[in-house]
Parts: sequence; C-alpha cells; structure tokens
Amino acid sequence: MTNLSDFTPNEMMTIAAARALSNDDVCFVGIGAPSAACNVARLTHAPDITLIYESGTIGTAPNVLPLSIGDGELCETAVTTVSVPEMFRYWLQGGRISIGFLGAAQIDRFGNINTTVIGDYHKPKVRLPGGGGAPEIATSCGEVFITMKQAPRGMVEKIDFFTSFGHGEGGNHRERLGIKTKGPTLLITDLAVWKPDPETKEFTVVSMHRGLTRDRIQETCGWKVRFSDRLEETPPPTELELATLREFQARTEKAHGAKKGS
Amino acid sequence: MAKLQSLKEAVAENLHDGDTVAFEGFTQLIPHAAAHEVIRQGRKDLTLIRMTPDIIYDQLIGMGLAKKVIFSYAGNPGVGLLRRMRDAIENEWPRAIEAVEHSHAAMANAYEAGAAGLPCAIFRGYRGAGLKDVNPEIRSITCPFTGEELAAVPAHRPDVAFIHAQKASRRGDVLVEGIIGVQKEAVLASKRSVVTVEEIVEDFDDLHPNLCVLPHWTVTSVVHVPGGAHPSYTHSYYSRDNAAYLEWDIISADRDLFTAWMRENVLDAGPEVFASRVKGLQS
Repeated sequence: MTNLSDFTPNEMMTIAAARALSNDDVCFVGIGAPSAACNVARLTHAPDITLIYESGTIGTAPNVLPLSIGDGELCETAVTTVSVPEMFRYWLQGGRISIGFLGAAQIDRFGNINTTVIGDYHKPKVRLPGGGGAPEIATSCGEVFITMKQAPRGMVEKIDFFTSFGHGEGGNHRERLGIKTKGPTLLITDLAVWKPDPETKEFTVVSMHRGLTRDRIQETCGWKVRFSDRLEETPPPTELELATLREFQARTEKAHGAKKGS
Repeated sequence: MAKLQSLKEAVAENLHDGDTVAFEGFTQLIPHAAAHEVIRQGRKDLTLIRMTPDIIYDQLIGMGLAKKVIFSYAGNPGVGLLRRMRDAIENEWPRAIEAVEHSHAAMANAYEAGAAGLPCAIFRGYRGAGLKDVNPEIRSITCPFTGEELAAVPAHRPDVAFIHAQKASRRGDVLVEGIIGVQKEAVLASKRSVVTVEEIVEDFDDLHPNLCVLPHWTVTSVVHVPGGAHPSYTHSYYSRDNAAYLEWDIISADRDLFTAWMRENVLDAGPEVFASRVKGLQS
C-alpha cells in the first residue's frame, strides 16, 4: 500500500512536473528528473505523449528509467530511431517538438541556465559537462520546462555562463534576438512551482508544495523571491501518481543493478 | 577497398602523431578497443573530436595523447563528470589541452557538412548562448533569400574516424543498427576510417535493404574485435556495463589509481580481452 503522508520533496517535484505534460505533447527529454517526470506522465494521464531523447529515439516507452539518453531500452521501445544529425535538423530545428524538458546546475530568475562552468570559462573553478543539446533545445522547442532542486548555489543572482538562453535580461529579450519560441514557461522545484511574470518574465512562485513556508523557499534561493498574489498549494501526489513513480523506480533499480560484466 | 586486418596493424597504418581523429558512437557502439590500441601505441599530439567525450577520451587525455579536444558534452553518462579531462583543463595534468566547445547540434551539423564535402555547416543555433563568445569558430551567416541570421561552424574533416559496428561482410561492407548516432557521417567526413566489428559474415544478401550500410569502398580498415565496445553496448549483442561506468568515477578520481588501472587493463592487455569482458552481459 502506498503511504501518501510521507512522500519526499523529490517525488513531489517529479509528480508536479509530470502533471504539466499532456497527451498531445511532443517532448524532448533530458536525463534525470525530467526523464522520470515524462515517463510518469506517460504511465498515468498522458499515455499517448511522444517522448523523444536526443540519441534519436522517437516515441519511446521505456519500462525502466534510462541511465543515459541512449540506453538500449529507448531504442527497443521507440516508434523509430533516427541519426543524431537528423534528430537535430529535421525534428528539433524543424520545429516539431512542443516541449523541451531540461535540468540545470545553475539558473537565474529569468530561466537562463548554466551547465558549463563554475567560475571563469577559461580558468574554471569547476568544469561541468557542458550544454550538449541544451542551447538549441532552449530556442527551438515551442516552450521549455525546467526542473531542479532548490539550493542557494543553484538558484543564483547571476549565472557564471549562459549555456542556454531563457529570457535573458527579461521582458522581450528573446524577441530582440530573433527567437520565436516561448522559452522557459515553467520551473518545477522540490519546493514549489514557478511561472514567469507575463511582462517582466521573472520566475514567480505560483504554488508551494504542502507544508512549506515562504521563508523556506527564500532560504534556498539566491535571489529575492517574488510570490504570486494568488499563491496556491500544490495538490499532494495521488495514490496512483505515487505508486506509478515508485514502481517505475523499483523496476529501474532492479534492472540496472542486475547486470554486470566480468 | 576495405582491408581486413588486426587492430594493431589498422591503428599503425591509419593514425599518425598530430592527426585529427574522431572516435564516434552515441551511447552504444563506442570504440573502446580501438582507443585502447591507440593508447598502447602511444600516439602524440592528437586533436580529438567527439560529441560526448566520455570514458575513452578521459583515458586518451589522462594518458597525455591529446593536445586538443573538440566536443559538446563532457560527462560520464548517467554518472557525472569526466575527472581526467577536468584535471587536464583545470590543472594541466598530465599536460595542458586546448578545449574547443560546441553544442550537439553544431557537432552533428559539422560532421554532416564534412560528409557532404562542404566547408561549413549552417543551422539555426547558438541564439543567446555563451559559447559563441568563447569559441571563435562559431560565426554567423545571413540567408541570401530571407535575410535570417544563422549560425555557421567549420565542417569536421578528421584524418581518421574510428567506429564500432555490429557486422562487416568479407569484402568490408559495414552494418550499424540501433541508435546509429553520427557514425556514418563521421566515416564519410574522414580521410581514413577504421571499423571494429562484432562479427564478420560472408555477405549481406539476407539483410533489410535500408540498414545503415557503409559500402566497403568508404572504409579503410575492418577489424574483428568481439566485445570491442565494452563497457558501452552493442545493440542485439550485449548490454551496457553500468557497473563499469560507476567504477570509472572512482578510478578516474585519483591520478595514481588511474595510472595503475590503465597499466593493468590497457597497456598490459590486448584487444582479445574484450570478448571476455562482455560475458554475462549477453542476452
């Protein structure tokens, strides 16, 4: 029996993100939390959602959570698998993806993301993996959802590097650069759901997860947080949502733990 | 016409000091055995191209073979960071390397432009992205028909491409299936290519006509190395050795541990060990 009273902040984050996806979406999925959320959506309210991973797998339906964007499971369950140049040219650049789902190491209030370096680019304190597909996902998908855990060093006043462009300095900055897509429209953290202000594009808390306070959200964020005038409480996970997520994760652990080479 | 030869011969004949080389394979079919042979032969001052450098480039860089790396995502997939590559960039150990960084879209387009014989790739990319401020090879071009400003990057034209594939025929035609990545483009963009394969069959007469086949005359060398993609996987042969990727995070965290591991598992080993490494991963 699923115990509904003790869900974790991470589970709430994944489930809140899953709820934002619909059956009609064509979603470009990043690894980690976005991947879990997209698959929970597929296994609950959005069975016909099209999930695309940048390895070229289109319309994939994995039974366990992939460890990388190119696990065999993704290809075996996909409607089709295309080459990587085709993925980026025909499918992403061609405007066929409605939602890009990204994680972030560092983010600012306008949804600009850094996954490249901490410190100066040429003399980095920490060299992170880099952008991969993100710079073009951020500008070619119809809109972008972001999911990450809140922490002062992750949610910062000023990011060290613009790996992928969100709303830049805010307002109509995307438009001024000739970018025609919406950019980040949703930020889901382990504590809250955020949406950009329609004018300034600054991310604003629209919903806090159960049991949280404004102070707690401010403590884990490096900029002065704005809260919506109509602040809501995120509905807690339903039994179906939580059971689906936990079963998916249990299957994943079993599958990935089982095989080892000699 | 492709030569069927040993891995030692194929590397010795095709890869020279100072070459620009691409090892491709997207999460599966990563040519680990070939990279290990390159390390054993101790090539110097290589320029390495790869979308996702991962473990093999961590090893090539950590062993001091590279002077430059051109890449778009430097991570240990599903695990974390590339510790040897970081140590080279952050601390110049064992030597300083130049890092030229792109996005995946740019790298894929650059291979495709190389395969198409074009000098550069044109695509809608890098808008608002910081990489164009730190990489002088990212420029822009105006569409002569619409006036739209687009990104341009130089085509990849490696001296050599190394890939791993499922099968080759006796005359050297190559089949790649599953996640096909950017291997076909990498081979066609390169002057020479070495393909390691799981098996060599008489001919491809019974195959589906659209399977990804590189005709024998586009391939320089074909080498039979069963298990040659380990710890990555080969679709329909063996699965990914996830434990090895996790172990690499520990091995690569320490210079001495790394050096000892490379001696035991690469320098003092040969391509024949790969077949035994995938036992237990076969379906």
